[in-house]
Amino acid sequence: MKIDSIQNGIVLDHITAGMAMRIYNHLHLDKLDCSVAILQNVKSSKMGKKDILKIDQEYDINLDVLGYIDPNITVSIVKNGVTVEKKKVALPKKLINIKTCKNPRCITTIEPGITQIFRLVDEENRTYRCIYCDADK
Amino acid sequence: MKHLIDSTDLSVQEIDELMDLALDIIEHKDKYSEACKGKKLATLFYEPSTRTRLSFEAAMMELGGNVLGFSSADDSSVSKGESVADTVRVVGCYADVIAMRHPKEGAPMRASMVSPVPIINAGDGGHNHPTQTLTDLLTIRRERGAMKGFTIGLCGDLKFGRTVHSLIKALSRYEDIHYVLIAPNELRLPAYLIKEVFEDQGIPYEEVLTLEEAIPKLDLLYMTRVQRERFFNEADYVRLKDTYILDKKKLKSAKPDLSILHPLPRVNEISPEVDEDPRACYFRQAMNGKYVRMALILKLLGVTI
Repeated sequence: MKIDSIQNGIVLDHITAGMAMRIYNHLHLDKLDCSVAILQNVKSSKMGKKDILKIDQEYDINLDVLGYIDPNITVSIVKNGVTVEKKKVALPKKLINIKTCKNPRCITTIEPGITQIFRLVDEENRTYRCIYCDADK
Repeated sequence: MKHLIDSTDLSVQEIDELMDLALDIIEHKDKYSEACKGKKLATLFYEPSTRTRLSFEAAMMELGGNVLGFSSADDSSVSKGESVADTVRVVGCYADVIAMRHPKEGAPMRASMVSPVPIINAGDGGHNHPTQTLTDLLTIRRERGAMKGFTIGLCGDLKFGRTVHSLIKALSRYEDIHYVLIAPNELRLPAYLIKEVFEDQGIPYEEVLTLEEAIPKLDLLYMTRVQRERFFNEADYVRLKDTYILDKKKLKSAKPDLSILHPLPRVNEISPEVDEDPRACYFRQAMNGKYVRMALILKLLGVTI
């Protein structure tokens, strides 16, 4: 199967197979008025199979969201059909308004307009802790 | 120090400075009697806690300051649906420092993000109660003379007891302290705390099932309540409850200079007959709560004498 290269936009490569739709939804890519290609189960020498997302528009991508969902993703910025920058994402130290706290005793469950903030406490196990109530995610 | 939300926010040096100040207040009460003249403390208590609120108010009054506030959510604008953030923005226009108790965990943290004046966490649900921890630390320092070289037993509900969790976290930063954890299997200290506080830091501790086997070796005994509702079945509660009640008989095998602490309120875990024993420190502990809050208010307001 062949998908055209993009001229100006972003390619998210090395997405763990099966994760592309989750990223699509978290980044709200359905709100964009441009072509977005979702490739699933693409053969990969390194990963066996992987997903790829291609966004045919310049777009200020939230790297923290990507890092939280799948820290192995490679982000390529494409201009005039050429990759001008490659970014490796990493597990973010903080999650801001990416997840909501599920602890029913947490102030975030009742306080209007509060910013949901989690901090990374265990990189190996990818554990985040709510800064308000200390509940783990 | 801008706010006090969690006792672990404080460095050992900051805690020691607070203790030194509290001890100076105890020694020279007159010197501090007008230290906060013209200043106001707001006590925003979204749930009742007479003991803690009165301790804060007495602390401010002894510093020559004034107090205002509410003692339950029903009396406040929260009953009209106002957010914590808006409440402290407004109260911060009237008061110089705010002590907040709230049933929701993290409410004082939220308040500290927007408040124009210092926020003191006076208890947020089952989460943190840092001024209780400071009270416990001051009591230990006064009773033992130093924050090292003792064996402390923590008895009762070590699973859900937030005062115990905060206290061991704070104490673990001091050296040469041995810990004896006295609890039924149902109420053992959570594994993550055993790992984080003791094992990862190489701090010696032991776990025992009964108060009797622990008491002879203790220099300090921190009692907490074992609540019936924490047990999976009634039979276990009935079988174990007396094990965790301190009475004269159990104290017979204790050291003559043992210090008995309890965050209060006590229900039946310490028999009233123990109250007359000079080793019972829990009412002196309550008094220390006022002094440590006085020291904290002075620090947060930047008042020096």
